[in-house]
Amino acid sequence: MSTTQAAAAVASTRRPQPRTAAVGQRKHRPWLTYTLLTFLAIAWLFPLVYAVMQSFRDYAYTSKFGYVSLGGWTLDNYTEAWDRGNFARGFVNSMIITVPAVLLSLFLASCFAFVLSRYSFKLNLTLLALFTAANLLPPQALLVPVFRMYLALPVPEWLSPTGNLLNTHLGLILVNVAFQTGFCTFVLSNYMKTLPREMYEAAEVDGAGTARQFFQLTLPLVRPALAALAVLEVTWIYNEFFWATVLLQDGTKFPITSSINNLRGQFFTDINLVAAGSVIIAIPTLIVFFVLRKQFVSGLTLGSTKG
Amino acid sequence: MAAAAPAPTTASPPTSGGEARRRRPRKVSDLSKLKARDKIVVGLFLGVPLLFVLTLVVFPAIASVILSFTSWNGIGGLATIEWIGTKNYSDIFTIYPPFWPAVQNNLLMLVFLFTIPTVLGVYLAVLLDKELRFTWFYQTAFFMPVVLSLALVGFIWQLIYSRDQGLINGLLGTTIDWYGDPKVNFWAVLVATGWRHTGYIMLIYLAGLKGVDPALREAALVDGCTERQTFFKVVLPVMRPINIIVLVITVIESLRAFDIVWVINKGRNGLELIAALVTQNVVGEASRIGFGSALATIMLIISTVFVIIYLRAVMRDEPGGAR
Repeated sequence: MSTTQAAAAVASTRRPQPRTAAVGQRKHRPWLTYTLLTFLAIAWLFPLVYAVMQSFRDYAYTSKFGYVSLGGWTLDNYTEAWDRGNFARGFVNSMIITVPAVLLSLFLASCFAFVLSRYSFKLNLTLLALFTAANLLPPQALLVPVFRMYLALPVPEWLSPTGNLLNTHLGLILVNVAFQTGFCTFVLSNYMKTLPREMYEAAEVDGAGTARQFFQLTLPLVRPALAALAVLEVTWIYNEFFWATVLLQDGTKFPITSSINNLRGQFFTDINLVAAGSVIIAIPTLIVFFVLRKQFVSGLTLGSTKG
Repeated sequence: MAAAAPAPTTASPPTSGGEARRRRPRKVSDLSKLKARDKIVVGLFLGVPLLFVLTLVVFPAIASVILSFTSWNGIGGLATIEWIGTKNYSDIFTIYPPFWPAVQNNLLMLVFLFTIPTVLGVYLAVLLDKELRFTWFYQTAFFMPVVLSLALVGFIWQLIYSRDQGLINGLLGTTIDWYGDPKVNFWAVLVATGWRHTGYIMLIYLAGLKGVDPALREAALVDGCTERQTFFKVVLPVMRPINIIVLVITVIESLRAFDIVWVINKGRNGLELIAALVTQNVVGEASRIGFGSALATIMLIISTVFVIIYLRAVMRDEPGGAR
């Protein structure tokens, strides 16, 4: 605080000097910043706005007048894209994969982060490093062994008709959990380290064991971090493309994001359908973004603020 | 889209509070002093997540390296595996046509993402860090593409790139197949990827800038630095950890880029990328396990280097785990 005041005081005494005059001058030209930002923001919004616009236009109209035109408004693209793209099933599949994967990742990461932040032991930092690294490896580099393991692992008939983990939602959930637990652990352990240690000591005096400390003290206190991570993880797992593409073979099992593979082939002659399909696929993440924007952003930046 | 990395705030100069905290005797509990029941709980809390990461990340990574020295078509048991030394690698470097184009594309993506979207993202963050009106609108515009998957980004840009119905050809009267013509299609992919990458970098950097002590900047301005000098000589050096993170994210994103080219044409005909080649060799009809693993190992080695750099940046002031 005193530094700021001192700085302000110095600034006022120096104002007549030419060097600070330049600072003053720049402040009178914010329009340049605004023009630049507005131009870029419009350019960045354009592909999405364009997609929304074309998604409401009739194919016959646009093929006659071209896409650089207006008119021919309709809602038909949505109903057609929805039916032909089998979006209802895709959304259900996405839910079946995303919800358990997010819950399990958050729970396992909370447990792991709790131990890392609460107790000191030799491998503490090594484990944190291992988990953080696991999230950053390119998944393609792990594809061969994961693929073969899934093929070789026997699972009961009722889970998968082929008797292995390939082509099952369970397999996809497990691999997503393995990848996302690392990131969540990193964020949560940083968050948990800010909790007052005295709280645990008091709990211990009262005879609370490790499990009770975790469920009754830590978990309620890290709720804001969990909320932020949940928002982020829902988006990421919903958007996950690679594992779903390679581990699922049956078209009826694909979640929305990896079903884009098939949609491209089906819709390629009709760009208006591509537009409607894009909007349908984007809506869930855009809703999450607009409604829970604060959580989304803080989830990305949480990992950091150590205190 | 693949997972992202967390963005730590910048190292602010050590405050007196931080030092006091470090000098305080460590009150962290020792594991060995726990009761038997609590030890079981701790064991489960550590063991189950560890089991996931070990079986589905660590073990596969090691297995990829081992398999890369073998020849195996994936049919028949593990007993049919033949050890062939480094033949897979020499084949990749000499007689596998798509490898060098893929390396070139991965490098091109890296250079491109660095020179344009990353720099632009940082610049936008610096602009938006000031007190501006409509900042919500600007941030939303740049950040919106980040919540979309790269696969969807590839799909949406089809509206602009399509040969017969695309916007560019509609405006210019040309008939270029922007996603199909190997002369231009990778550039088309780069633009779409950059559209998404810019907002991501902007957000991470903006968070970092918010952590910079404003007094530092004011002091520099008072000392007669121009705004540009202040940024390059004061803010940028303080932001070192964030800079490293941005660097690593950009490298890793360009190394594991996959979704967008796979959606377009499964990574062929001008859109070769190492990640797509690995996938083609493993899940396609010709399942060449050893060969695909060698490609995977190359990816693994490159990424490990940067993962280590990253870990050193984010864990720089961890005093041995729990404080």
